[in-house]
Parts: sequence; C-alpha cells; structure tokens
Amino acid sequence: MLKRLSPQKGEWINREKLIEFTFEGQAYQGYEGDTITSALWASGEQVLGRSFKYHRPRGVLSFANHDVNIMVTDGIDTNIRADVTQLKAGMQLSVVNTSGGVKQDKKRWLDKISAILPVGFYYKAFYKPKALFPFWENIIRKAAGLGVVNFNYPRQTKYKSNQFTDVLVVGAGLAGITAALCLAKAGVQVVLVDENAQLGGSLNEDFAAKADANDKLQALLTELANYPNLSYITQAYVAGYYADYYLPIITQTGMIRIRAKAVIVATGAFEHPPVFRNNDLPGVMLSTAAQRLMHRYAVKPFDNGLVFTANTQGYRVALDMLKAGVKVAALVDLRALPNTPLADQLKAMGIKIYTGYCVYEAKPSADGFGVSGAIICPYDETNAMPDNTQSFKIDCDGIAMSAGWSPAAALLYQAGTKMRFDAQIQQFVPQQLAKGIFAAGKVNGFYAEALRAQDGERAASEALRYLNIDTPVLSTPLQASGTPSHPYPMVPHPEGKNFIDFDEDIQLKDFANAAQEGFNNIELMKRYTTFGMGPSQGKHANMNAIRVLARICQQPIAKVGSTTARPFYHPTPLGHLAGYGFQPYRTTAMHAWHQQAGAELAQIGVWMRPAYYKQAGISKQEAVTQEVLAVRNAAGLIDVSTLGKIEVHGAQAAEFLERFYTGGFVSQQVGTTRYALALDEAGVMMDDGIVARLAEDVFYLTTSTTNAAMVYREMQRWQQMWQLDITLTNVTGAYAAMNLAGLASTKILEKLVKNTDDIKQLKSGDVCEIKVVDVDARLISVGFVSEVAYEIHVPAKQAMILWSALIEAGKPYQLQPFGTEAQRILRLEMGHALIGHDTDGLTNPFEANVAFALKMQKSFFVGQRSLKIIKKKTANKILVAFALVSNQAKQTPQECNLVIEQDEIAGRVTSIAWSPTLQKIIGLAYVKPNQADMGTYFDIRTDNCDLVQAQVVQTPFIQHSSGAV
Amino acid sequence: MKLLTCPINGSRPISEFVFGGEYREMPNPDTCSDQEWSAYVFNRNGAPGVKKEWWFHSPSGTWFIAERNTVTDEVVRTYLLSAEVGG
Repeated sequence: MLKRLSPQKGEWINREKLIEFTFEGQAYQGYEGDTITSALWASGEQVLGRSFKYHRPRGVLSFANHDVNIMVTDGIDTNIRADVTQLKAGMQLSVVNTSGGVKQDKKRWLDKISAILPVGFYYKAFYKPKALFPFWENIIRKAAGLGVVNFNYPRQTKYKSNQFTDVLVVGAGLAGITAALCLAKAGVQVVLVDENAQLGGSLNEDFAAKADANDKLQALLTELANYPNLSYITQAYVAGYYADYYLPIITQTGMIRIRAKAVIVATGAFEHPPVFRNNDLPGVMLSTAAQRLMHRYAVKPFDNGLVFTANTQGYRVALDMLKAGVKVAALVDLRALPNTPLADQLKAMGIKIYTGYCVYEAKPSADGFGVSGAIICPYDETNAMPDNTQSFKIDCDGIAMSAGWSPAAALLYQAGTKMRFDAQIQQFVPQQLAKGIFAAGKVNGFYAEALRAQDGERAASEALRYLNIDTPVLSTPLQASGTPSHPYPMVPHPEGKNFIDFDEDIQLKDFANAAQEGFNNIELMKRYTTFGMGPSQGKHANMNAIRVLARICQQPIAKVGSTTARPFYHPTPLGHLAGYGFQPYRTTAMHAWHQQAGAELAQIGVWMRPAYYKQAGISKQEAVTQEVLAVRNAAGLIDVSTLGKIEVHGAQAAEFLERFYTGGFVSQQVGTTRYALALDEAGVMMDDGIVARLAEDVFYLTTSTTNAAMVYREMQRWQQMWQLDITLTNVTGAYAAMNLAGLASTKILEKLVKNTDDIKQLKSGDVCEIKVVDVDARLISVGFVSEVAYEIHVPAKQAMILWSALIEAGKPYQLQPFGTEAQRILRLEMGHALIGHDTDGLTNPFEANVAFALKMQKSFFVGQRSLKIIKKKTANKILVAFALVSNQAKQTPQECNLVIEQDEIAGRVTSIAWSPTLQKIIGLAYVKPNQADMGTYFDIRTDNCDLVQAQVVQTPFIQHSSGAV
Repeated sequence: MKLLTCPINGSRPISEFVFGGEYREMPNPDTCSDQEWSAYVFNRNGAPGVKKEWWFHSPSGTWFIAERNTVTDEVVRTYLLSAEVGG
C-alpha cells in the first residue's frame, strides 16, 4: 500500500484488520473501513474502470457515489460502485464493460475514432436502411454498456420495515447533525440518515489544514449519543420523497419505510468539475475526492498534485494536501481577482498561484493511465476563452479540481419545492418549501461552517414550530461575499475531450452541436446528448450542462431551468422493491373436504372454489359431464358459500330495497324470495341475486360471488344519502351456503328434517328457517341450476355438519358433488344469463331481456330515470338463447365470436357450451332485434371464419322432466 | 403513501380507501328534463380546484366526503355526508 499515509486524525480505516481481495485477477490488500476504490488507490492502482462510450481509462472522480465509471462485478453481483462500497475479505472483482481487462481493453480504439462519433451519431448513421438497424444495434449495445445481467440470479427477499418519527433529518453533515441535536433537545423523535459509513459529512475531510478540525465532529458525535429520542442510520440513502412525509430509506440489507411529521433536508451539494481537455484522466479528480482520500482513508491522492480551482475550496484542498505531505505543483485559479485570504497562507509556503489562468489541458503519462503535467494558460473570464498562445506546462501527477457545486436537491424537488437561481452564490436554492419540509446547509445555499450550523438550528426551530412546539424564531445571516460556484468554468479546446458528463462521455462541443440541430431546450438537450441520463443521473453534470445551454441560448440560468429529479436518488436493486408475492384468497368452510374429494380448485374473485371433482381414469370433460348429468338425473350438491350475503334490518328495510333494486319488496310476503336486479345510475346492470324476507323488518339477500364487496359498498353509499331506518350487515363470511339440486334433492332433504311437511309445503321461491340435522338453516327453494333445488344457508362453523350429512343422505340417490364448470352448463341449460358474463359495462335490462324484473311504476329506484330515457329509444341488440342447428359444425363457436348478418357484425356470443342433457350446443348471444324472434336463424362466425348456423330457441332450454327444447 | 383522514377512524394510509368519484347533487328525477338527467349521470366537471369527492374507508365500511384540491392534491376536510346534511 505504497500511497497509504501515516495515521490521520479521524480516519475511517482500521489498520489492525487487513483485508485480502483480488481485482482483475491480481491480489491486493486493504484495511477494514476501506472502500474498494480507496484500497486500490492506496495500492497505486489508477486505472479502475473504462468509460461508457469511448472506453477511456478512468480513476477516481467524486468518491461520493457517482464514480459510475468505476463499477465492478463480484460473483453474482454486478455494477457495484467501487467508490462507496465497503471492502470485504475475499472479494473477486472485475471491471464491467471491458474486453480483455481494464488495462488492455480491446475496445479502447473507440476513443481514437471518437471524432466521428458525435452525439446523435447512431440515430443518424444507422437510421437507414431500416433492416440493418438490429445488426448495428447489437454491436452498439455490446460496445456501450455496464455489467452483464445474470439471469440465474437467486431470488433474494430483502426485508421491509416500517418506522414512524416526528422529524426525519436527511444528511448528517454539520447542518443535519446540528438540526437533529436541536430537535432532540426539544424532546421530539428524530431519525438522522446518512449514506456514508460514518456521520459528519464534510466535517470528516474538509480541514483546510486546521489541526482541530476533527475535534468539532467528535464533540458533536459525543453529544448525539446523549439523546435516546435521536437515532441515526448510516450507509443508507433516502431514495425518494412520497406524499405525506413517507420516505423509503434503502439500507445495505433492506428498506425502511419511514413516516415522519416533518422532514429536514440537509443533503449538501455535489461538487462539479471545471471542464477542460482530459479532465477525465486517472489522477484528475474533484477536490473533495482528494480530501476524502486523505482524511477518511489516509491515502495520498497524488504525489505532486496541481490544484485547478475557481473558488476558495481549491485553496482549502491545497492546504490539506500540503499538510498530508503531498506536493502542490501550483494552484491555478480561473478567477482574475480572487478574494481568498487563504492565498497568503499558501504563498507563505512557497506555492505558486496563477490567477486568471486555466488548465488548458491535462497531459497524459506515456501509458495514458495517468497525468504527466498540466498545460496552463491565461483565461478571459468574460468570454470564457483561454489564451493558448501563452500556454506552458507544469509537471504534476494529478489535478484536484474545484469549480463549484450544485445542490443535492432531488428530495426537495420531489416534495414540491419551488427553486430559484441565486446569482449571488450561483446556485439553485429553495424559494418556497412545501409545508413541513425544511432545507438546511449547503443545499440551502450556506457554505461557511458557522452558517451551516446556524442554518441547521434555524431549520430545526422552524420544524419545531411546525409541530406546534414553542421555540424562538431564528434566522441565518446572509452568505458572506464570494461565490462558492463559478458561473462558467469551461475551457474550450479544439480537440475536445473536455468532459461535462463522465457517465456518458459528453463533451463541451456536444452541447453546441445539439443546440445547432435545434435541441436547445434543457429537456430536449438532455435526451439528445444523453447528459444526466447515465447511472449518476447528472449529479456532477447537470449544473455545467445548464450553464452551457444558458450561454448558447443567451438566456439567464433561471430561465433555462433544471431537469426533473425523480426517485430513486441512487439506482436501487430490484430486490428492495419486489414484494413477497403475497396473494391471499378465501376458502369456504368445506374447503378441506373439497380437497380430499379431489377437487380441481380455481380462483374465482377472492375465493378458491372447486371447478370440478377429478375422477380416476376419466378426463376433465367427462367428469364435468358426469356432474351435470347427476344433477339432471339424480341430485348434485355444490358449495355456494362464496355468494355475497347481506342482511337488512329495520323498519324501512323494504323501502331501502325498493330504492336499491328494480323490483318490488314492500309487498313481498314473509317467507318468500324475489329476484333482485341492481342497476347503476345509467341503468346498466350491476348485479343480481335473490332477496328473502325472513320477517317484516328482516331481509336476507344474496349477490353474485364477484360483486359481493361492490354491492355492499354501494348499499352503504346510498344509505349515507337516504338515511333510512335500517342496518346493513355483511354476513358473506359468517354464512356458508350449499345448493342441493336435482329431482332427488327433496327426498334427500326430507331425511334430514324432523317434519317432512316443512319441505313438502315449500313452494318454488319460498324461504323458511328450519333445523336441518340440528343446524339452524335458512332454506330457500330456488331453481337456478335445476327445476328442483334448495339453497341452504347455515352458520359457517356448522356448515361441515350439514354438508357431510347431505353427502351421506344422498348416497342412495347417487348424489354427486359438482363444481363451477358443471354449474355454468347447468345454469345455461336453465337459460340464466350471468351479469358480467352475458352482460357488459353498457348492458341495460331491455337488451338483456330481463324487463320482467323492472317495476317501472315504483316512485324511485337507482337507474329508473335513465331507463325511462332508454326505453324511448329502439334497442339495437337483444340477448337471445340459441341452439346450433347442427352438432357437426366444422368448428364449435367460442364465447365472443361474432354474429354475422350480410357480412356485417350483428352481435356476439356471450355463452356457449355443449349440453350433455340435450346433446346439443346451446348458448346465449346478442343479436339484432329483427333476429330475436323465436325460430329465427342467424350465423355465427368461428375463429376459422366459418359461418355456423344457429336458431333462436326458448328458455329454459330444458323443460321440466322432459329434457326437450 | 398518502394519508387520508376518515371521519370515523382518523388518519389512515390511502391503500385502505376506495375512491368513489365526484359528489354530485341528484336532480329531482320526477321533474328534471332528460338532458338534465343525462348531464347528472354522465358529465363530470374536470376543472381544477377544490372538489367534493366520495371516499370509502374499506376496512370499516365508511363512506364520507373529502373536499380535495385537485391542483395541489391537498385534502381540505373530510366529513360524513349525514353530518353535512344534518347541519
């Protein structure tokens, strides 16, 4: 580790613990606490990756989670960001997007021909001929790219947890920690989050050679520990802001969804580079990266570094370098008249300072893997023009760059903050924050240490007042003169390679080209040049891009504006987002019995229901047919517990049903049932069921399985408006229900009741409350699947007693359980249309041929007024029952096949099935009104485009005990 | 995730709620014209601003009215319709 410094105050590494790892096949060592990059840099490795497009060698840039050219693969994991990922023993790292290794990358020729690869090159060059585009695309996609997706990646379920707090403070730099401490002192719950391995932000590294710089941080950290109401999370980032203070925190292993009452955003600022030729060479890095290397990881950024700056930060770094024993070759300041007190300190130490100068270009070393020197020359700030005629070379092995900052304001934008451009400090700052959102520190435009702390206190006091805790009003004094960001740190060069976006290799001239082609709006330019579209999402590139565009368009920066910063803040592994695949479903009280009996289960709505019962040696088709015939010839039993069941109690219960359903219920006799049809306000059929009157003021009604929740919900809504004297109770889960169907069903039932007269007296459509094998049952005679059938509703807990008893009692009569498949055929044979199957979201009762269910003379029911309008118009379709004329059709029509009349669409089939009872194919279809008369023939077009003839017939298809149409 | 205040159950996550559309006053079906009735059934006012909306708190079965600013997505207040009708 030849570049490792002697122990530094506050360093993050543990020199006791040596870590072995390999990189590109070679063995290396680092310390616990190192990141991958710091360990490699300490070992003297400078080429850590290749750029995305031109495959240029790249080293350290930011050390702040946007060194996206330095992404590595370790086993199954790829696109690991080396600058921030903690080193682990046994890592076997290789660089993504190279062929033949990072140093011998075979694709480096791309850099040589970059002049003929301007932005938009691919669009223009491979646009024609169209047929060849896939060929070129394949080559391009292979050349440009990141890690390779591993399709055998194991499924990893990352934990998700939820947390609540009063205030979430994002960013644990000076402003964030100060704010958190103020809040904790006031007694509120605070959670402090920082993406770094340790708290403190720039207090960890921006020392400007001050000996006591780290003491302040240590004092703050000691104080933090005093408050049990303050907790902090490190190595975790807040990925986005969601409504009502809901923020996902992505940790190393999972996601914490935190709900706060207020949020303080103290996320700081990203440093961005001055733009000059070869500003991407390994060894050219942002000044903060150099500081991080020295103070966090005790690694020399260079041996003899040049500082290129346009603010005071450069001077601070130069002082830090000297203190760490790094030679400072020179300090080059873009500004003609810098006002920096630190300059004297440097001059006193013999450092040469060039003001009004720029680095014209960085000179690569012989192997191209480092820096051999910097060409510097005078710079005209007003016109952003270097005076190349007076250039000279200064030898150095690296350059620390510092030209300015842009706020890490993504969360603020997402929380609806209105930003303004402050020309004084050359930065976007919050102008108007949303309620409960506060900004503090650099993101708020405050850079001086004292001001950042004050701003943290101020933000905390505002948050406390927002939480109705009395605190004095504070304010942060204005930023002292001198801007931390240069308004235009660009050095044009005829040969280019002066990069603005390091993710995507976007150079200064690319912007001029894009503007020239008309992409001179920030959003268009972003998409055309692809700046800010790489993995760092423009963290180091956006501000420079905005400045360049503003100058090209000769517009103020405020007018150019910024692109939208959407979640997520950093790329987030999908494992954090994936759910557990939790798909709940409901089962009936007889579920275990169905399974034992070999039921093939199907999910219907929220329920799991038997589709049919499998039988050894016969196919599904045969099994279903058997079930149908059992009902027709003997008896069958089906579990219909999934029907929606609602009780309506109260003096106005009948009045309520009169308004909700189309039929009449006031006149309904106790002990009878009625068909109930519900419409929406447009007169469209919503649901149907039966209503049983159990007492004057008690009704028990059913809805279809899938509409149970909707019907109950709509009833509740109308009740809110009508305010009738009723109570609605949803007893869908409380009651189980079974349908005993077939001619033998009466005999079976009689065996299970005390007084068989009770059954004998029950007419079709009657309901009674009766004990069946000692279970209190609601017994309804209803002919849905069969002329003779009983629906028996019992408390769910006792359902199995009755079910078993029925199965047992039915044995002598060949009673067979049946599922939904047979039920569909049986109800079709009975000619019953299913709402939602034979009707759609526009069908009215006239079209569905159920006008019998409408009591239009009632004073009101939902949908009645619309029906009055619809009735005046002629219907253009009507639902009819049909049978195919021949069973030997070339192809059996399917549901949704069209009815064709003279090559025109006349309607469609909604239900069709082979009826085992009738030995015919029967169905329901919409046809034109002129085709609806009994006996009319019409054509159905099959999937093969054959026309199959059908004839309108009467319903029910089967007649009582005869079975003939 | 957004929070919504149910007048009965207090502040709950939005995933517990079902949106029920804009609240509209029903014209008298006996006296209104066909046009008025059609407008009531089919037309909605899309102009941004504070809207009266139906919301349903699903776990408890509570329908209520939320006055929501559709520009800022801020819920101004929530209340039971009956509370409003009853004064």
